[in-house]
Amino acid sequence: MKTKAKGRARARFEKVHMRLRVNGEDVEVAFAPHKTLLEVLREDLGLTGTKHGCELGECGTCAVLVDGKPILSCLALPLDLEGKEISTVEGMADGPRLHPLQEAFADLGAAQCGYCTPGFLLTAKALLDAKKKPTRDEIKDALAGNLCRCTGYVKIFEAVELAAKRMREAAPSKAKGASNGR
Amino acid sequence: MMRLPKFTYVRAKSVREAVRVMADAGPDASFVAGGTDLYPNMKRRQQTPKTVIGLSGVRELRRIAGKPETGLVIGAGATLTEVCEHSKVRKGHPALAKAVSLISTPILRNMGTIGGNVLLDTRCNYYDQNYEWRKGIHFCMKKDGDVCWVAPSSSRCWAVQSSDAVPVLCAIGARVALASQSGEREIAAVDLFRDDGIDYLTKRPDELLTEIRLPATNGWRATYWKLRRRGSFDFPVLSVAARLWFDGATVKDAKIILGAVGSSPLDAHESARLLIGKPLTEDTIRAAADAAYKPAKPLDNTDFAYAFRKEMAKQYVARALRDLA
Repeated sequence: MKTKAKGRARARFEKVHMRLRVNGEDVEVAFAPHKTLLEVLREDLGLTGTKHGCELGECGTCAVLVDGKPILSCLALPLDLEGKEISTVEGMADGPRLHPLQEAFADLGAAQCGYCTPGFLLTAKALLDAKKKPTRDEIKDALAGNLCRCTGYVKIFEAVELAAKRMREAAPSKAKGASNGR
Repeated sequence: MMRLPKFTYVRAKSVREAVRVMADAGPDASFVAGGTDLYPNMKRRQQTPKTVIGLSGVRELRRIAGKPETGLVIGAGATLTEVCEHSKVRKGHPALAKAVSLISTPILRNMGTIGGNVLLDTRCNYYDQNYEWRKGIHFCMKKDGDVCWVAPSSSRCWAVQSSDAVPVLCAIGARVALASQSGEREIAAVDLFRDDGIDYLTKRPDELLTEIRLPATNGWRATYWKLRRRGSFDFPVLSVAARLWFDGATVKDAKIILGAVGSSPLDAHESARLLIGKPLTEDTIRAAADAAYKPAKPLDNTDFAYAFRKEMAKQYVARALRDLA
């Protein structure tokens, strides 16, 4: 992290200039130091897939992954995330190929207004990266921090189960490189 | 959109550096670990520190060391997920693991820390609102105003101690370490709290909570119960932590702490006294539970009707004790 003015006291309201690793790419970005990761992703990096919800850590719609774990981007400072791997919904698809979770959500209609979907997708991805065959209760627990105000939870749970099934079938458990992160 | 107010951010690398920066910055500074309590409060302008000292890069604060049999030590900066999933915490201190696993949501637990939960700002329906809302009621005593809207004739603030970890730590007799430029001191967790919604901690502002030291697990058993509307997200609006020592079938000693029904964790002395020297039967459980009605002092400043929360204090003490029977 570099500040434009030397020394911390003088850097107070100026922009900081730092490198973040977002969706596998190093990006350089300058922003006011009190901006949250959510604000920097949306306003300074143009990644508007991550949504503004309550902005107080209650709704989960701003969830992104940091080193594979879901966190609330509305309550994280980019200044704490130097060298960390940040994943947003924009990074889930592999080129034109959607992530199995995205496909399953679309196939099963697991979204109504869709505003909570990016947060659900990333939280579910963290779960499926850690557990290939989660039970319904494990899915419910893992997604307990994501609110859907259209109340379509059952379809969301079913979509996570379908994605898990498709991912298991696509990558037999003993195959080499089964955990390529996608 | 709610943005954070402007502040200078200093990312500390060690406890020494953190307390030095705090001593230099003075009362306008605040420590931050997970940010899940401070940042929402800052967005609502309940707290507006000019300097924020980040602790997430302080490795020494994140360690979980020792053995439950001789005394487990949890760094205050360990995340709630790290604490409730740690094998030694789960095995040696299931009540603490349960309490921590019930804090908010899995995503928030990946960020929030055990130290942050212990020091959690007291909560109130008239305080945990955005600036405009609070301005609309001419603010309250806890921030920017003069009146306590829960008890307008009261000279004190009645904001509620709302930590899940605190009742358990107080019930099991944990101790906490506080570091400052003048050195370290260790106090009992229960002595960290004061029965006042504003001045709710005995910790000096320049002191940093560094460790939570759990007692040896030598024969006692503990449990935790939490009342809230939703099964995730919500803060407790009543909680019960109980710790019992047995001599055969007889209760040798007992400690019952009520949470979220006062500005500090409340010791239900009488409930504990009624158990000592007796076997834990449905009759003794009922008597102890009924005695928890009096000390529970919920006011109308959280979710649920306060009379219901007071009534439920009895029920939850009974459920906690049945866990231990």
